[in-house]
Amino acid sequence: MPVQYYIFLSIALFCIGVMGVLMRRNAIIIFMCIELMLNAVNLLMVAFSKMWADAGRIDAAAAQIFVFFIMVVAAAEVAVGLAIIVMVYRNTHAVDINILNRLKN
Amino acid sequence: MSTQQIIFLVLSVISLVCAMGVILSKNPVSSVLCLILTFFTIAGHYVMLNAQFLAVVHIIVYAGAIMVLFLFVIMLMNLNADIEPQKRNWLKYAGAISGGTLLVILVAALRDASMPSLQSGATEIGLIGNLGKTLFNHYVVPFEVSSVLFLSAMVGAVVIGKKEH
Repeated sequence: MPVQYYIFLSIALFCIGVMGVLMRRNAIIIFMCIELMLNAVNLLMVAFSKMWADAGRIDAAAAQIFVFFIMVVAAAEVAVGLAIIVMVYRNTHAVDINILNRLKN
Repeated sequence: MSTQQIIFLVLSVISLVCAMGVILSKNPVSSVLCLILTFFTIAGHYVMLNAQFLAVVHIIVYAGAIMVLFLFVIMLMNLNADIEPQKRNWLKYAGAISGGTLLVILVAALRDASMPSLQSGATEIGLIGNLGKTLFNHYVVPFEVSSVLFLSAMVGAVVIGKKEH
């Protein structure tokens, strides 16, 4: 099975995430689209790890360790980001990101 | 068409449809549920790629922790009504066109790349013993740094979420 299939699947998932970030204005959905993009990258890295493992490299597990660290960072990011969203909602009673325009004044 | 390709095709179609559901559904709760389904199909891909440990961790961390956090926030703030204003429609079209252009460019750039095929046999690479040896032999320092990152994220979340007086 060619590794291109996984590349194209990851590209499609990543571009769906980009589209969601650009199209939606709900801050929570934008966060979920960022998670989707991170997962597309993770999937690609696991596919390349399998490719190197098939080629006989012994250090192919490093890619899976990187995926593990990306999950760690994503979890920390979600904790802080959702706290910020809750704070914004408490102050403005909306999660529309256009409201954050007033930060520039 | 081999069994592996059929499984790949089914999982890919489900994950792409659910990913479209995330960005197209009006209700944030159904967006979260679509994203959970996408994560489960991605975990299926991990199992097919011999990354069993990562598949389990992915389900536990993403579907079990992160998406539950999203659901909690959505339900606590009572956001499941559609409150997104629908003005400025051209912004949506601009976003869709930019994302589609990125997709076309990436696919066109990588279409002719020559890559080896994935073998169908199982490898030991994704088992927990192998990954643990790699993690604690070569990546101990990033592992410890990530614990500091978690601590600071926890403190940050508490400080940000605290009501000021």
